[in-house]
Amino acid sequence: MKIKGKVIKYGDNVDTDAIIPARYLNTFNPKELAEHCFEGIDPSFREKVKPGDIIVAGHNFGSGSSREHAPLAIKAAGISCVLAKTFARIFYRNSINIGLSILECSQAAEDIKDRDEVEIDFSAGIIKNLSNNRLYQIETFPAFIQGIIRKGGLINYIKEAFNKEENRREK
Amino acid sequence: MGMTMSQKILAVHAEVDEVKAGQLIQTDINLVLGNDITSPIAIKEFSRIGLEHVFSRDKIAIVLDHFTPNKDIKAAQQCQMIREFVKEKGIINFFDVGEMGIEHVLLPEKGLIAPGELIIGADSHTCTYGALGAFATGVGSTDMAAAMATGKCWFKVPSALKFVLKGRPPHFVCGKDIILHIIGLIGVNGARYKSMEFSGEGLKYLSMDSRFTIANMAVEAGGKNGIFPVDDKTRDYLKTCLSEKFTIYEPDDDSSYEKVYEINLSSLRPTISLPHSPQNTVTVDEIGHTPIDQVVIGSCTNGRLEDLRTAAQILKGNKVAKNVRLIIIPGTQKIYLQALEENLIKTFIQAGAAVSTPTCGPCLGGHMGVLAKGERAVATTNRNFRGRMGHPESEVYLSNPAVAAASAITGIITDPEKIKKRPKLPF
Repeated sequence: MKIKGKVIKYGDNVDTDAIIPARYLNTFNPKELAEHCFEGIDPSFREKVKPGDIIVAGHNFGSGSSREHAPLAIKAAGISCVLAKTFARIFYRNSINIGLSILECSQAAEDIKDRDEVEIDFSAGIIKNLSNNRLYQIETFPAFIQGIIRKGGLINYIKEAFNKEENRREK
Repeated sequence: MGMTMSQKILAVHAEVDEVKAGQLIQTDINLVLGNDITSPIAIKEFSRIGLEHVFSRDKIAIVLDHFTPNKDIKAAQQCQMIREFVKEKGIINFFDVGEMGIEHVLLPEKGLIAPGELIIGADSHTCTYGALGAFATGVGSTDMAAAMATGKCWFKVPSALKFVLKGRPPHFVCGKDIILHIIGLIGVNGARYKSMEFSGEGLKYLSMDSRFTIANMAVEAGGKNGIFPVDDKTRDYLKTCLSEKFTIYEPDDDSSYEKVYEINLSSLRPTISLPHSPQNTVTVDEIGHTPIDQVVIGSCTNGRLEDLRTAAQILKGNKVAKNVRLIIIPGTQKIYLQALEENLIKTFIQAGAAVSTPTCGPCLGGHMGVLAKGERAVATTNRNFRGRMGHPESEVYLSNPAVAAASAITGIITDPEKIKKRPKLPF
């Protein structure tokens, strides 16, 4: 799988209140949440974001609350991947669980600039900055997590496990 | 190489003899928790699995505490959806308005947490229960859904940081100051993915309420969990709420820690986090002239009885400054009642405070004290991110309850030592 998009860049410790302020958590409709994505720290986000855009950020992206509304809002806003130096752990789990692509790559996250155009080849494990042709190697996920990603999220993964168990019993 | 306390609990629940940092494991869980913000997504995801029943009717806890009593129609509908699910699935540990409390204050009080247990919750402050020697950590709604279906959760085994607490904390220094000091020391990224294990002779000076506060804010340092050893204070506390037997786990003598920090409690001062990050810490002596508009005393961090007693001690005989709003929120109904019986609520109201039924409300800018543009609050809560309590251009200063109460009286951030009791008049 390959994706290509323009970069929207943020710094370190982007927290979940910055991604989606709690006052909007009276709904879990992804489209409604996307309307307020990054409202507090970047009011221009909604205007500039185009489907397929890539967020590049520093350390501890998604720190703070456990709200799954944060990756849901980012995904529904059309972001194809979040590339950061590091992620806060609950945000990391949530993204994998709901099928938002995330990548940790310190060097790429350091070098890539706001509005650069970037291509990510997940199969080859390569990030390419099309603005200057620099290449970066993606660190691969552990096999178990890759399994969840392949199935399109944790619920599909569990559903399949239950189905397998049921089939085995029927046999 | 030996295991840390957290690793031992994880190993037992994964039914293996040993785990190592970095290893991916699947474990059984003793309890999965959700609230009115995170449960709706979990319910939707649970329904996608297509199961008729939840894995256990009594190992799921749902607490409607964030936007309750409901702040608007949408919030009310989310709670309605939860009530229907709870009824349909026969979930026993469900706490609605009237018997509800702030989840992390409530669950230990209800006897739902025991040492050595493994608890996950779709709320980042689930790490609070580490104060009782449990492994407890926050997850998301989909993890909650999966756990409601399977009774299991996947984890990456964490490495650990050890905090050796030494000496006796001075007057007006409590758990909040200790954890804010630690976050200031290691940063909001400092314990990312790691356990924070607390130990040392200084523990004997820490009440259970202080320990809950410390474990509660482990996530603010990025920690996966914060955990305390089980001692006499823990046992005494558990006698008041827990009837079942429990297993105590201790770290191996040769367990390895990524780093060991010695914290001298006797040298700490009341500590404050400046906007907009919990790591921006200063002591109350360094803060300078800082006028405020609002004070909030409450939350899963500092809404316990000890916190209310401290606040009352300072507020007694004093008045809240004319231009300041003081909002006090007991953590649970039981604490509220106890505060009534001890006349703390009377003291608060006489001082000019607003007292509310338990809710997370103002901590996350939900309701019951949202800040306007340019306003500044002192709060005993856990996060002071930009816009956390309201307008993106408002500010939150995190403090302990003594500083918060003292600041409400003077209208500027104030050292509680400087508050004098008003002399009684001779008539």
